[in-house]
Amino acid sequence: MANLIDRGQLQDLVARGAQLVEVLSAKEYEEDHLPGARSIPLPDINRESAASLDPHRPVIVYCWDSA
Amino acid sequence: MAPRAAARLELLGFTDVSHYKAGKLDWMAAGLPTEGENAARPRAGTVARKDVPVCSLTDRVGDVRDRARAARWDAAVAVDPNRIVLGLLRAGELAKDADMLIEQAMRPGPSTFRPYVPIKEMADYMTGHKLESSPVTTSDGKLVGLLLKSDAVKEAEGCPDCVRKMI
Repeated sequence: MANLIDRGQLQDLVARGAQLVEVLSAKEYEEDHLPGARSIPLPDINRESAASLDPHRPVIVYCWDSA
Repeated sequence: MAPRAAARLELLGFTDVSHYKAGKLDWMAAGLPTEGENAARPRAGTVARKDVPVCSLTDRVGDVRDRARAARWDAAVAVDPNRIVLGLLRAGELAKDADMLIEQAMRPGPSTFRPYVPIKEMADYMTGHKLESSPVTTSDGKLVGLLLKSDAVKEAEGCPDCVRKMI
């Protein structure tokens, strides 16, 4: 089960090397995303796309809100 | 959506996955920078004036008026010690009796707007509702600045595509 984190915790984790992943559509990502985030839309999460992430570093996922 | 993404990544072998539950809206509502096509476009938070005078509920109208005038302002925002917006004083409120407490003189609980709102939308809203100024706050109510209608309209004229597609 993923850890639920807030904005402050996100900033701490990113400062320590966590990888940010926006799971919204590519279009929404192109318009606005958090600094340093990469785009992997939810339907596209698979072994291939996940291979672009470092499995040894924390991963943070986000979308628009708590949905 | 993000919880499912987190679950999927865990099934793919990632052992340290976190979910930023409040998401992009929370980030943008805090007035934090973003990257992307819209990042450089004006929004409520970027156009709002950060140097608006602030005061506390126990200040006197006369003192706040003097400070505001010295800074060439005819408005001030009443905030708590954490800069959470409690009230707004435009020219009419600042013209009240000098000995009156801000708590009695201010407009309590003014409408506030989040920093990410596109400037064209703000300009249209403020024009339609005859708002000369509005506080812009983070999602937890902290003052970012005071947005003047004149500034919003001017910026919107230079950015006709700054509309709701941004959020």
